[in-house]
Amino acid sequence: MSMTGHRTMLYSALLLLPATVLLWVFTYQPIFTTILNSFYSTPRGRRPSVFVGLENYETMIADPIFWKAMTNNLIYALTTIPFSIALALAMALLVSANLRGKGLMRMAFFTPTVLPMVAVANIWLFFYAPDYGLIDKFLGLFGMGGNNILGSVETALPAVIAITVWKEAGFFMIFYLAGLQQISPTLIEASRLEGAGFWQTLWRVQIPLLMPTTLFISINAVIGAFRLVDHVVAMTKGGPDNATTLLLFYIYQNGFAFWDTAYAAALTVVLLAILAAIALFQFGYADKRVHYR
Amino acid sequence: MIETRTSPAELIVAFGGWVLALLWVSPLLYAFWTAFHPAAYAVRFDLLAPWTLENFARVWNAAPFPRYFLNTFLLVTLILCCQFVICTLAAYAFVCFPFKGSDVLFMFVLLQLMIMPEALLVENYKTVAQLGLLDTVLAMGLPYLASAFGIFLFRQTFKSIPKELEEAARLEGANMFQVLLRVFVPVAKPIYIAYGLVTVSYHWNNFLWPLVVTNSVDTRPITVGLQIFATIEQGVDWSLITAATILSVSPLLVAFLLFQRQFVQSFMRAGIR
Repeated sequence: MSMTGHRTMLYSALLLLPATVLLWVFTYQPIFTTILNSFYSTPRGRRPSVFVGLENYETMIADPIFWKAMTNNLIYALTTIPFSIALALAMALLVSANLRGKGLMRMAFFTPTVLPMVAVANIWLFFYAPDYGLIDKFLGLFGMGGNNILGSVETALPAVIAITVWKEAGFFMIFYLAGLQQISPTLIEASRLEGAGFWQTLWRVQIPLLMPTTLFISINAVIGAFRLVDHVVAMTKGGPDNATTLLLFYIYQNGFAFWDTAYAAALTVVLLAILAAIALFQFGYADKRVHYR
Repeated sequence: MIETRTSPAELIVAFGGWVLALLWVSPLLYAFWTAFHPAAYAVRFDLLAPWTLENFARVWNAAPFPRYFLNTFLLVTLILCCQFVICTLAAYAFVCFPFKGSDVLFMFVLLQLMIMPEALLVENYKTVAQLGLLDTVLAMGLPYLASAFGIFLFRQTFKSIPKELEEAARLEGANMFQVLLRVFVPVAKPIYIAYGLVTVSYHWNNFLWPLVVTNSVDTRPITVGLQIFATIEQGVDWSLITAATILSVSPLLVAFLLFQRQFVQSFMRAGIR
């Protein structure tokens, strides 16, 4: 290797050192230790952790709360994503249409996005409160009051889903706005000249051309559904009767409330597998099928 | 201004848009209204209710909010500065000093886009405890200091800078750091601003990891402080909770309302590559 080759190597190593050390310590190393610890028992008091093979996984498969958390997470992802995507697209179309006061409209849609989820959760706790909460009072006008929205098994998860949609739709709108800007106006005009109405143009021209954006948003939304549980911590603590327990919240509960770190490790392995599957889908399938210009 | 005739269909769309927008901000407006009115009106809307700042005064005295704000400020500053430096250096290496296997290394860096520090919080907690850093501002920031997203974004930008600019600077005798600081960083300035806004809003709002690694007033950020305050007051005094909430979101919200265009463009820029 030439002198400059060695120098390039040295420069590169020095420049990359801080980033690689930090990524190793806080991303790679914990992945390995998580997998390893999932085969050991939780050390308790003077009892050190011992190798237990698949015991943690057996516990997991027999654990109804784990399955509840998985089902909840699936429902949560499958409802928040289409709702927020549809709303985001509608918002983007409204904001990019030449309407009066579109700046204010964009601000209204986007503002919930800049707020912390904990703050959002606290505002909505107030609305969801039984009897004197805004929503229950509104229902009371029609003689349907007396609901404890966050306190009953049927409505708690939908209530959590609703605030997620409220917070995220405006964020996704931004990406649709960027996507819409890239569609050439001549295409829209051409389709109008062909006699296509608003809905036809939307279905035949705009939505297909926005596919890359939709896919990008969907992948972000799926990751979001598994990474953000701030509102569960702040509003319901997983209750009532685990109706709002999501996978990451259950990991947090096992790790820091029950101090069962070995079981938390086994649960984390499941979460990592899900995230890896999303990553493989994105790199392997999505990037090839949906061509960017 | 061009005079255009508005069709009834357009009117309906505009009306629908306004209704949706109003629906979207109404929770915030109502929370805002509650925070500025006496507790008695929290559950009884009355347009003529007297305005008051008392809720804010009580919140300010009831919990160490100034300290929480300071902690959040320190945390966000730490993360922002370190991310700028660490991600810039890494991106510079990937673009200007590639070596055999640097593409593979870059792929490994990207993994953090999918597996974020929150997912590994139990193991990261152990690491931070072993380092003796529990309950420090540094501990809250550490897992985020090297950001795959930042490295990715800066690498994309640096790659788009023409080689001639770099060579011209070299010919004038600039060393590698001077080239970085005089050629690359200035050209990438808009990306730095965009990334900065995104990372500030992310970490100003971050909750779960700080909740796990802090346990004292001297380190807790505003999100964790708000949650602790709200848990005590829940179901007791909603006007206090809304006041505390409005108070804790106000710095970021004011910044957003002032620099709305920059925020929106930054999120666009950082999201669409």
